[in-house]
Amino acid sequence: MEDLLREYLPIVIFLAVAVGLGLVLVLAAAVLAVRHPDPEKVSAYECGFNAFDDARMKFDVRFYLVSILFIIFDLEIAFLFPWAVAFKDVGMIGFWSMMVFLAVLTIGFAYEWKKGALEWE
Amino acid sequence: MYEFFTTTNLGIALTIVGQVLLIVVPLLVALAFLLYYDRKVWAAVQMRRGPNVVGAFGLLQSFADFLKYVLKEIVVPAGADKFVFFLAPMLSFVLAMVAWAVIPFNDRWVLADVNVAILFVFAVSSLEVYGVIMGGWASNSKYPFLGSLRSAAQMISYEVSIGLIIIGVIISTGSMNFGDIVRAQDGAGLFSWYWLPHFPMVFLFLISAMAETNRPPFDLPEAESELVAGYQVEYSSTPFLLFMIGEYVAIVLMCTLVSILFFGGWLSPIEAIPDGALWLILKIFFFFTIFAMVKAITPRYRYDQLMRIGWKVFLPLSLIWVVLVAFFAQYGAFWGTYARWTVGG
Amino acid sequence: MTVADFAFYAFAVTTLVGGLFTVLARNPVHSVLWLIMAFIGSAGLFVVLGAEFLAMLLMIVYVGAVAVLFLFVVMMLDVDFAELKAGMAKYMPLALLIAVVLLMQMGMIYGTWQFADGAEAARRAVTPDMTEVENTAALGQLIYDDYFLLFQLSGLVLLVAMIGAIVLTLRHRKDIKRQDVLAQMYRDPAKALELVDVKPGQGL
Repeated sequence: MEDLLREYLPIVIFLAVAVGLGLVLVLAAAVLAVRHPDPEKVSAYECGFNAFDDARMKFDVRFYLVSILFIIFDLEIAFLFPWAVAFKDVGMIGFWSMMVFLAVLTIGFAYEWKKGALEWE
Repeated sequence: MYEFFTTTNLGIALTIVGQVLLIVVPLLVALAFLLYYDRKVWAAVQMRRGPNVVGAFGLLQSFADFLKYVLKEIVVPAGADKFVFFLAPMLSFVLAMVAWAVIPFNDRWVLADVNVAILFVFAVSSLEVYGVIMGGWASNSKYPFLGSLRSAAQMISYEVSIGLIIIGVIISTGSMNFGDIVRAQDGAGLFSWYWLPHFPMVFLFLISAMAETNRPPFDLPEAESELVAGYQVEYSSTPFLLFMIGEYVAIVLMCTLVSILFFGGWLSPIEAIPDGALWLILKIFFFFTIFAMVKAITPRYRYDQLMRIGWKVFLPLSLIWVVLVAFFAQYGAFWGTYARWTVGG
Repeated sequence: MTVADFAFYAFAVTTLVGGLFTVLARNPVHSVLWLIMAFIGSAGLFVVLGAEFLAMLLMIVYVGAVAVLFLFVVMMLDVDFAELKAGMAKYMPLALLIAVVLLMQMGMIYGTWQFADGAEAARRAVTPDMTEVENTAALGQLIYDDYFLLFQLSGLVLLVAMIGAIVLTLRHRKDIKRQDVLAQMYRDPAKALELVDVKPGQGL
């Protein structure tokens, strides 16, 4: 168990070093560079217009559909990982059980395709 | 002295910090020259000279750019969410860097030799989407917001096929450790690497990698002609620099992944020549050249075509490939090239 | 305190703080960000337990996919904060009541929680030895064979989710042109172009 944690320690330290480096860079500019904000400079970029309304607006429902479909396929991949690692040990039952699983999801994929959910308009 | 660095807690921590710096510093210096190289390739394709003023042949251009970034004013837009505004570039920088902790540069030369290394890189690259979404949202400006939305949908679409391609390699190796994956490719030099058995996936992976890193021809989040610069519009000075470093480090990481997964990492192409970290660096450089050339010679994709390719071409192809590889491995087709489980796990 | 203990407390505090601020944050987008922190904390806890695969899965599926969806939903909400606060005062007593009931239930369960004699041994029996088989492979040996039915059911759940998502969100717009890529690629050039010799003054 301790061995396992020891393998992850470098990742944590790496994370700390990277965060430190990023902070140093941001702070360097904050300290060294001039700061003269004025209303025009800090206004949102809008090709010369003043912004009509808040930029955080409603957007197309397709983005949700894409991200929901992504979750589903991500889960499918998540099931594939242990199967792929234990491939030599799962035997015939494991092999065919995954094939059935993939077949079921392929039906879903075909349904999506037919319904036109994968089309971006 | 040796005892101090290998047995005491502080000593071990200091050793690791040293090793981390040994990766980070060369990586960032190399990045400076890769940026220069990228611009030179781009310029050469368009028959321009490219940067040629700072230093001999303009070699120091990136360092001059760096100084300029640091000395520029940080402009925070009036309606911005300040905390998230600064968190976003930090995140995309840190995430791009931290994946390097599990990359092996030579046999056993790896900082964190975790069992699930490939999953770790996959996880980290799936988090990279946050830098973009948060940057676009925090700016409170329309172009960044639209850019970040596009980017998010694009990155998650191509992640699916990247995941499936990785599965194929894992089936062949039986392990998620990068070291095991490379060792499984050892043998008759060039032709025992995975690019041969997994041939079609090399292209799929390269193209998905370009889409995943928002690299041209898939640079829709930043498309200058329609979105100005996408999620980066409101960023200036070092926050922008962090975004850019993050983006390029992610690209180099993807080149490294291609080298490790399909082109034998540190293995030498001809058996007579010894293996070594130099081979990995050469391979990374080769794939970076491909990335640079693709950027220079391809026009940008239209968004609906991009989504179509991701969901209707890459996803089914990589899924079919996983099933094929599984059958080949299960029934020992092609003299067991798809089932190299003797090495590692 | 060993490294494992320290890591446990660090990640536990991260998770708790993340969870707390998910509820307390005023801005819903901040809430999601705190939620992500809670996810990352729990991923760390999984690593401390030795469940590397679950930790990475938590990052990939929850942080990388589910939280992106949350962020999408939350980013487009038009939330009127003043109204929200007025509503909060109104529903406070009811919320407190539910909280007290939940707390009592949890207390009751905690008081009577007992392990069956064979429970621990039965759980150990199915798990491959951790020292010999690494975490992910151990999972792989169990899921597809021993838990065949559950695995297939989860596949069906995913299928239902896929169909549900499409039924709920898919709206086809009629007023736009669609591109048929295959039709374009397989178009016969000979049929696409016609050369017509137009006589002066006659037209077609």
